[in-house]
Amino acid sequence: MNNTLALLGLLGREPSYGYDLKHSYDRYFGVQKPLAFGQVYSTLARMFRDDLIMALGEESGGGPDRKKYEITLTGRDKVRQWLFTPDVPSETLQSELFAKTVIALLLDDDADGLLDAQRAEHMARMRELTRLKRDADLLQVLMCDHGLFHIEADLRWIELTSARLTQLKKELQSA
Amino acid sequence: MSLIDTTTPILSARGVHHAFGQTEALRGIDVDVHAGEVLAVMGPSGSGKSTLLHCLAGILAPVRGTVAYAPPGLNPVNISGLGETERSRLRLTDFGFVFQFGQLLPELTALDNVSLPLLLGGTKRAEARQRSEELLERLGLNGFAAKLPGELSGGQAQRAAIARALVTSPAVLFADEPTGSLDSLAAENVLTLMLDLVREAGTTVVMITHDARTAAYADREVIVRDGIISAGYRVPA
Repeated sequence: MNNTLALLGLLGREPSYGYDLKHSYDRYFGVQKPLAFGQVYSTLARMFRDDLIMALGEESGGGPDRKKYEITLTGRDKVRQWLFTPDVPSETLQSELFAKTVIALLLDDDADGLLDAQRAEHMARMRELTRLKRDADLLQVLMCDHGLFHIEADLRWIELTSARLTQLKKELQSA
Repeated sequence: MSLIDTTTPILSARGVHHAFGQTEALRGIDVDVHAGEVLAVMGPSGSGKSTLLHCLAGILAPVRGTVAYAPPGLNPVNISGLGETERSRLRLTDFGFVFQFGQLLPELTALDNVSLPLLLGGTKRAEARQRSEELLERLGLNGFAAKLPGELSGGQAQRAAIARALVTSPAVLFADEPTGSLDSLAAENVLTLMLDLVREAGTTVVMITHDARTAAYADREVIVRDGIISAGYRVPA
């Protein structure tokens, strides 16, 4: 996820101090990995430099935590551009497992075993996310569901690949 | 707090083989089901999942191997050695069943469907009615007791079927794709309600599913492939 644009998007709701913005971000997106204050302030400084936000006055002391920021029109355009530009579906997570499977087959090692081990890892994570959903609010439920559906997609690939291992092995070894 | 007793399995299959004609469906299954756990049985279509469930539940007698049933505090029973009548009685008294489709009798109301197993077991009508109503209410079906299955949504019908399966307080609930015919949201609601009830009662569940998101509600899963339990889950030493 693009932290900068998510922070800019949050600023689009109302002007905010860095401190409040960090907590807002953590509430929506930082359940597993909250943002560091330093990262928030350095991002705000960059956005300020790029005219995506402006300062609304400064309280005595003048540190970055004393400034209230507001999104600019350029900033709003940037957020909308981000929102409505579809993402390229990511294949990076799967490629590691794909490479492991191919190498295991080429080495005549236990590809089935590694897929089973990965499946167990995926299922354990799915159980964890399913447990998290139990007493969660709807926002957290949606976040967990997003993770669950992605892991499920990986599992389907694992299942299909498991079923094709014999054929795959023949092809790779005759190539 | 976990109510799972991992010391003694409530169901234990050893070397279970089963065949339909020349087709071997199970080729030597060893599996333990612990009391109070929710076990998901996964695997590709035609892998033998349903046959395994039918053997564990005494619907089928395996051609070879044993299935031992050890209800807590009682002597173990070798289900695979029982005759059809005894297995049938055991299914009525100790086991509950939920399937994917068509399990409610269409001419009976939801309440009568749920009461039926109790009445068959000799419970008095007034008591059967009261217990059924309570369970329907727990499953969010208050107001639907007098409806016929055809007047219920898929999710409501499945909840009524779960009530019918649980009304006798079975020691083991066997569920074969219990939410397979429902959309994601209805499936989640039905599953959550079902598992809340069984975990509260300490009921053991054996649940077949091809869906990983459903299996994630279980305490653990086993995978059946080509009639055997997949070795899996262990990184080679």
